[in-house]
Amino acid sequence: MNLKKTDFETLKKDKMEKVSPIERREFLKIGLAISGIFAGGTILSVVSNMNKVFASPEEFAGKYPYKPHYGMVIRQDRCIDCERCMEACVMTNDVPEYGYRTMILEKEVLDAIGQKKEFIPVLCNHCNNPPCVRACPTKATYKDKKTGIVMMNYEKCIGCKTCVVACPYNARYFNEEKHAIDKCNFCFDTRISKGEKLTACAAACPAGVRIFGDLSDTNSEAYKLIHQLARPVWVLRPEVGAKPNVFYMKG
Amino acid sequence: MPNEPKSPKVSEIAKDLAKSFDSSVVANWYSNIVGFLSGSRSFYVLLAITGLVVFVSSMAALNAVNTGYRHAYNVTREIPWGILISTYVFFVVTSTGLCIVSSIGHVFGMKDFMPIAKRSVFLSVVTIFGGFTVLFFDVENPFRMALYNVISPNLTSNIWWMGTLYGAYMFFMAVEFVFLLLEKHKLAMYAGLSGLLSGIAAHSNLGAIFGMLHAREYWYGPYMPIYFIVSAMASGCAAIIFFTWLGYKVNNERMDKSMERAMEVVGKLSTLLLAVIMFFTTWKIITGLVASPGKVEAIKALLTGPYALNFWLFEVLIGMAGPFVLLLYSRWKNLGMMFTASLLMIIGIFVMRYDLVVIGQVVPSFHDLGVKESLHLLPYIPSFHEIMVVVGGIGIVAVAFLLGEKIFAGHKSEIH
Repeated sequence: MNLKKTDFETLKKDKMEKVSPIERREFLKIGLAISGIFAGGTILSVVSNMNKVFASPEEFAGKYPYKPHYGMVIRQDRCIDCERCMEACVMTNDVPEYGYRTMILEKEVLDAIGQKKEFIPVLCNHCNNPPCVRACPTKATYKDKKTGIVMMNYEKCIGCKTCVVACPYNARYFNEEKHAIDKCNFCFDTRISKGEKLTACAAACPAGVRIFGDLSDTNSEAYKLIHQLARPVWVLRPEVGAKPNVFYMKG
Repeated sequence: MPNEPKSPKVSEIAKDLAKSFDSSVVANWYSNIVGFLSGSRSFYVLLAITGLVVFVSSMAALNAVNTGYRHAYNVTREIPWGILISTYVFFVVTSTGLCIVSSIGHVFGMKDFMPIAKRSVFLSVVTIFGGFTVLFFDVENPFRMALYNVISPNLTSNIWWMGTLYGAYMFFMAVEFVFLLLEKHKLAMYAGLSGLLSGIAAHSNLGAIFGMLHAREYWYGPYMPIYFIVSAMASGCAAIIFFTWLGYKVNNERMDKSMERAMEVVGKLSTLLLAVIMFFTTWKIITGLVASPGKVEAIKALLTGPYALNFWLFEVLIGMAGPFVLLLYSRWKNLGMMFTASLLMIIGIFVMRYDLVVIGQVVPSFHDLGVKESLHLLPYIPSFHEIMVVVGGIGIVAVAFLLGEKIFAGHKSEIH
């Protein structure tokens, strides 16, 4: 660490009002460095998490590997758990009652002031580094070369369920009717490939929670929501390193 | 390397093989089969019981196929790998272990290990067959596997490597067994070496299936492939002692000096490996307790949670400490005591595999998020159908073992 050396002896220290802004800054810097070391980055986690999340698009900034590079931003605090997204998904993608492609998780904080519950919609994160795709023995699940969507070739699925275990986001289930693993594909076959602009869940949401779009398009709402510094953006389970394309934010 | 023995030419091998298939070998087998038919009554009773077990459990397994695994099995979206996967792992671990331990003799030439070779190689084929049978009833589309493994391979997938290498392994071990029967020891050595290499590669890939899942903290890391190889050897030693002792009972014979010596060295190796596994287990736990929250939860589930009985009674007492003490106490001479130790080890290792597979999945994916859905450990208890498939797998190994003892006349080698 390259810290500027501060000579404490020469500092004026008897009267606080005489402390110059520069000295103040030097002092704060030392404090920040020390607390940063001991907290092991925890204190800085808001900043570093945002950078991490930002890092996913940043790496590809201007050179997204896919065109269109589909992703979703979830404005978490707007979700009211009406479950219309889940219904729309079931209707559109023929999802059986025993499975789901998208889900709304519920978090209850009883000692919180005011609002005690929040809802967190989850779905396949269409990771840039998908653990499921690496693990599949027969390439039955693959990352679409054009859109970056993690897709299924149902015919090739042997049903070993390794991808189900490999997925950090619990996004996969075995579909009996299809005799294969089924998962969210951003409604590619049912809507997007037919010219629709939104996935069924995004279109059905009455609260504007799910912002679906092309991250490689700098004019898309999804791109604009992620590429700003005013409000924190995060992803779920960043420690896995799967580089998801579903982002979360509040407000 | 000038001193290396020249590998035999293909034509010579063919000639040798043709020579071996002379009437004496066939006559030998024929007399063995006749001998089998005139086996003792208790042998037939045992064979009938194990046969019945296989029959009943295969009915249950077919019923499971018919009703659909979602209804017949208790595996879920969150815990898709249950007792069938852990039993599969148990069988292939045993198979690889049998291969590794027996190769000390017939591949690397340590005389003391020679007498156990034939039975071990036979059993390694039998146990991997048992394992694949159990896996057959777990994988949803096993027939697609054969096709797409070949025409759509994913080289980054450990499952692909495991399947392919175990295919090769099974082939080499079967070939080796045939060569051993024909007393072609040189050829058996080559086949055994190929089997050993593919077996170790396959088995470390089996460990890596778990070890490379970065979303599963309990499994992730290089520990798994290494631990799998070491514990395979322990499994193999236990299986050798267990089945050799039983084999001699089935054939109603006494072990000769060389076989007693073989049991002694395998027993000593077992003791060493048990110590190594205890060491592995201890550090797995200690490191796990200072890991990320998901891993700590998993370790707690094992130590003090719902899997505590499995761990302390079955894994620690029955699987490690008990047999370790028994083996030391037997001074590797008391065969009855060694047999008991090997039986305990097999039971303990079976439970160990179960815990290893299930506990990796009991901590919910969104554990850290603190959502309602992931506040508790996920439940899994094997269903009736799952247990029957496991029993069937054990039954197949038992039937094959009994038949093998009679047909191959106690797996005795003519060259000592």
